[in-house]
Amino acid sequence: MSEDFGLPISHRQRLWLYGLGGLVLLFLIAPSIIIVIMSFSDSTLLQFPPQQWSLRWYQAYFGSLEWRDATIVSVKVAVMTVLVATPLGTAAAYAINRGTLRFNGTINALLTASLIVPVILIGIGTFFLYARIGLNNTLTGLVIAHTVQALPLVVLTVLSGLRSYDMNQERVARSLGAGRVAAFWQVTMPQIRFSIVSGALFAFITSFDEVVVSLFISGGETTTLTRRMFNALRDQIDPTIAAISTCLIVLSVVLLSVAQIFGRRH
Amino acid sequence: MSAQPALMEETGDRAGRELNTQALRADARRESLRLLALLAPSLFLVFAIIIVPIGWLFWLSLFDEAGAFSAANYARFFEQASYIKTFVTTFKVAFIVTGACVLLGYPLAYMLSQLPRRAASICLIFVILPFWTSVLVRTYAWLVILQRKGLINSWLIDLGVINQPLSLANNLSGVVIGMTHILLPFLVLPLYASMKTIDTDCLRAGMNLGAGPAATFRQIFFPLSLPGLASGVVIVFVLCLGFFVTPALMGGGKVIMWAMRMEQTTSLYSNWGAGAALGVVLLVVTLALLGLFQWLLGARATGVWSSR
Repeated sequence: MSEDFGLPISHRQRLWLYGLGGLVLLFLIAPSIIIVIMSFSDSTLLQFPPQQWSLRWYQAYFGSLEWRDATIVSVKVAVMTVLVATPLGTAAAYAINRGTLRFNGTINALLTASLIVPVILIGIGTFFLYARIGLNNTLTGLVIAHTVQALPLVVLTVLSGLRSYDMNQERVARSLGAGRVAAFWQVTMPQIRFSIVSGALFAFITSFDEVVVSLFISGGETTTLTRRMFNALRDQIDPTIAAISTCLIVLSVVLLSVAQIFGRRH
Repeated sequence: MSAQPALMEETGDRAGRELNTQALRADARRESLRLLALLAPSLFLVFAIIIVPIGWLFWLSLFDEAGAFSAANYARFFEQASYIKTFVTTFKVAFIVTGACVLLGYPLAYMLSQLPRRAASICLIFVILPFWTSVLVRTYAWLVILQRKGLINSWLIDLGVINQPLSLANNLSGVVIGMTHILLPFLVLPLYASMKTIDTDCLRAGMNLGAGPAATFRQIFFPLSLPGLASGVVIVFVLCLGFFVTPALMGGGKVIMWAMRMEQTTSLYSNWGAGAALGVVLLVVTLALLGLFQWLLGARATGVWSSR
């Protein structure tokens, strides 16, 4: 008997379902695992499993000034995106959560617009706008564009935290004499901080992994890691990218684990 | 004489109440302004980076450099065979990928919904991890796996199944496989979420009334899971229409999709009017599909992102 449903169907009778589901899970996870293993190969041919192991592609990655510069640009932009998007998104989520504004629905739709508008349109539109105001190929331009893309994730994450929090606690604090800011900072904030941290992590990874918009608005000294990867992949399949990809996968695993741990404590 | 003080008291009371409502209303107005101030920076950014440029593109697509109105940028779509081919390719890929996602995603979501909580949350990691891994990394992985001397071909040759390597990458099949892999979680997550809300009492009642497992699934579970399936299908389909990275890298220049066409028109040929018109139509189709879905089901199509 299934312990969730109590239906008179045993897990064994559903083996075909688990087999099928398992294959789909394998389809989902296999590419990442294969890339991680291949990145330790000694060969330029990317055989699998590798005949000989080496760290040469990692050396190629960390030894290359171009890749290093691009990585530094991406880290800088992602950190600044977190620093801008997290407070802005949290403030917006706080205001939306009150639900007293007349155009709450419209505001919500606007803030999540970047999830619905095709990314290519944001890329081309931003490039066109930036060309007029001189923001193309600047860190500021990248941070602004990535902030817009990260905002909905911060808003949605913090909003879900606020929904499970009792706003009356803040009212109590204020009736006891705390100011608005103090009440938020000392009473609300500690209780939704895990959602805020998760939102910040999502903002980081959104910016760090973003390709399409960066392709249009970054270049020269501000070339991001993903833009350089994209261009490299257009020409040939360079095993260095397997090493970089592995680093990106590890980064996703670490950030997701942290978000998961925080989510559970919340 | 005796009525006078009572009357005065009453008028005073009314005035007081009026003052009170006025004060409350002013308070509410001030509160709204404060909330708007909290929203202002975010709204300004979205307005400046999304609304203004898209409005600008819309303008570019309709008016030529002299400022005269012309529908030439849109008329082109019906006249030039290359545009028609792009649209046909885009919708073809979108239909195939969405179909593949349903075929793979439904059993997976069904399995997840049937597993005990702990097992389900472990399996869910395998769905969420790729979801959060860069599209570029996953496209690269498929390039490596599917190329002529790649994993699949060398295994198949070693096993003696084929003599000549199959061409799996740099064509339509490469694009479809890569995109299916990337978009599958967008279908599985909302579908799984909706399957979890299906009331098990309904299923038990069906079985008590004599329906076998297959009939219970077909007549009760499946119909109840349809709204979740529909929302996943709409998200996947809409994302397919605007997909750029995977077709650009895995299409080998042979599979030109909508977004690639936009990039080529604007970057390569600097034809902003035509590129903008493509963008406007893409946005209209996207919004129309989402709107239609919302109207049909009254559901929020963006729910999947909050489950990331």
